[in-house]
Amino acid sequence: MINEKIIVAGFGGQGVLSLGQFIAYSAIHEGKEVTWLPAYGPEMRGGTANCSVVVSDETVASPIISIPDTLIAMNKPSLYKFVDRVKPGGVIIVNSSLITDKVERTDVKVLYVDAGALAIAAGNAKTANIVVLGAYIKATGVITKESAIAAIEKKFSDKPKVIPANIKAFELGYNIE
Amino acid sequence: MAKVFTKTKMLTDVPFHYCPGCTHGISHRLVAEVLEEINAEGHVVGIAPVGCAVFAYKYFNCDMLEAAHGRAPAVATGVKRVNPNNIVFAYQGDGDLASIGMAETVHAAIRGENITVIFINNSIYGMTGGQMAPTTLEGQKSTTCKSGRDLTVNGNPVKVAEMLATQDGPAYIARVSLHNVSNIVKAKAAIRKAFRCQIENKGFSMVEILSTCPTNWGLSAVASMDFVANEMIKKFPLGVFKEV
Amino acid sequence: MSERELMKGNEAIAEAAIRGGCRFFFGYPITPQNEIPEYMSARLPEVGGVFIQAESEVSAINMVYGAAGVGARAMTSSSSPGISLKQEGISYIAGAELPCVIVNMVRCGPGLGGIQPSQGDYFQSVKGGGHGDYRMLVYGPSTVQEAVELAYSAFDKAEQYRLPVMILGDGMLGQIMEPVSLPEMKDISKLPRKEWAADGSHIGADRKIINSLYIEPDILEAMNIKLNNVYIDMSKNEVMCEEYLCDDAEIIITAYGTVGRIAKSSVQMLRKEGIKAGLIRPITLYPFPTQVYAKHVARAELKNILCVELSIAGQMIEDVRLSVDGKKPVSYFGRGGGNVMSAEDIVKVIKEGR
Repeated sequence: MINEKIIVAGFGGQGVLSLGQFIAYSAIHEGKEVTWLPAYGPEMRGGTANCSVVVSDETVASPIISIPDTLIAMNKPSLYKFVDRVKPGGVIIVNSSLITDKVERTDVKVLYVDAGALAIAAGNAKTANIVVLGAYIKATGVITKESAIAAIEKKFSDKPKVIPANIKAFELGYNIE
Repeated sequence: MAKVFTKTKMLTDVPFHYCPGCTHGISHRLVAEVLEEINAEGHVVGIAPVGCAVFAYKYFNCDMLEAAHGRAPAVATGVKRVNPNNIVFAYQGDGDLASIGMAETVHAAIRGENITVIFINNSIYGMTGGQMAPTTLEGQKSTTCKSGRDLTVNGNPVKVAEMLATQDGPAYIARVSLHNVSNIVKAKAAIRKAFRCQIENKGFSMVEILSTCPTNWGLSAVASMDFVANEMIKKFPLGVFKEV
Repeated sequence: MSERELMKGNEAIAEAAIRGGCRFFFGYPITPQNEIPEYMSARLPEVGGVFIQAESEVSAINMVYGAAGVGARAMTSSSSPGISLKQEGISYIAGAELPCVIVNMVRCGPGLGGIQPSQGDYFQSVKGGGHGDYRMLVYGPSTVQEAVELAYSAFDKAEQYRLPVMILGDGMLGQIMEPVSLPEMKDISKLPRKEWAADGSHIGADRKIINSLYIEPDILEAMNIKLNNVYIDMSKNEVMCEEYLCDDAEIIITAYGTVGRIAKSSVQMLRKEGIKAGLIRPITLYPFPTQVYAKHVARAELKNILCVELSIAGQMIEDVRLSVDGKKPVSYFGRGGGNVMSAEDIVKVIKEGR
């Protein structure tokens, strides 16, 4: 049974909250249960941002995550804020475009993703979070690639021009060796 | 004998509770007569305040809502937005409109809310027993300024009509008085004009009516009329301050 | 019910209220409920409704009073400090027997407090935050779907009993996104005419007066008794409560709203470890599900009830204690200031208490 708890963290403007939402939309697409809970504060640009996403086969009771199965850290403060809380055997995805440090823990699977460079390679620097979405889906298998692509297409249905770059970004993230 | 007077059907037969010499009764009648003249029957809602006119819902012969102190313009807004075809009026005193309800008054005016406000300015809190109002004149005595209003302590009396007239929302703002027959006739004309503005969807209209409070002023009815004519009008000049 | 879609709590509640017949919304900005007025401002005109951003919460609730008084389905929403400001109007609405819906997405206090989730408004919601003898029907939904269903039927209940209905959420419920199925749009043109509404059409003996002023003591007392009879009637018919794994429970956690769902995870974790835990989650906070507690405290194997709240020292715990009536120990665990406990925190408290 799937009961995956994900924390996505970074700073405002990195698409952290929308990355969490893409995971949630993808989960709904395949009939799973999900909660997406943002940390919120006074409205401002450039502050820290994080959200908690729980994907499950059953109705999600608590949306609060104390021990994440997966941490997606888009900047350095976020990595250090949450790194020790990740469940042993869990996954940490590190945005290596901004984080040069290596994770010292050896009991977790760590994936370094140069999200910024791959987003530019995809043709749109704003797609760094979608690169990470691809990497996340490949690394965990919680959600299928098809569901994620369907979620991207649905989300951008009113802006069809941006869909190809986002799909490309997703593929680049998904195909990281 | 020939019939010389018929009370307007827009007033009920309930006797007014107002003190002898108080002009609330005249104001009620003027408003009710205008409502009849504009054929408001069947599509009019009044809002009663907190203050001496708190029982206005007993007197106006139409659907009425009793509002919390100062909130009549907000209540009238809710009514008007639901039924834009209704004539909607709020009847408020100076404590209600210009003190606790100043925000509601100013913002209804600024929104250009298509309602009519009848503002009774008698420069005192009547129902609670003669305390200082936001409109109490300099030097005028009340139970909370026993030696007379001291501007250094209590600030200035507020000129509501002049203030609202500076804003874009109001369509018609006038100040009238009831201290003699000719002014009563003018007052009725202003009230008629205010309701006409509403019918023509021009926006917010208010008629400020200088009124008496013999009981709390400690004056006779006649002396109270003189106080309006000789003292109040000096501070609160009559006239039309805005008309679009 | 529609296909499931991912919606934020605040927006889902707004849409559900509209589908339940809300056509007039009067609000004022305050975090963490801003998505409700924002959503309403865009959506209500599409269905022939009206949104007004009032100059204050005080004004907003009085606009609701006016709109409800002429028979419309009107609503407001706010968060704790704003609800404090609305209390005057809520008391008048209750006193004038008007139906309306009020959403409170609670933040932590007192005073300006903070903007993070809290349950510190329980007292001001269920005990009548304004003056005088009155109550509201108060719902404490724990999921977005439950909030949608309660918001959808809230106007029907408000009109049935002629009182304000409050949906008491918190910042977490407002901000969370979950899949929801939305109910069908109600056809409000088919609603019965409200005979009591002061809609402007009456004169003479038929006149309608919306009022809460009763100067004569005997008349006001009769009014108070009439209102209380409504609350008694409501207590018989409207109590809602989730009982989860309570029948053999030795320890019962009780919590409402979002804490109720966190506690549900705790029960699941405890059960996996062989600890017989259960959950009583009141859904109506007024009327309070007193009988549910009375039923379980009669069981010999129940040892303790733990009341968990986002409130320091707790508020609902007083109603729990009244319901338990001294027959079992009632203990407290809570967090405040906007901190939210995890399911693991509750498990730890229970294990340490054993």
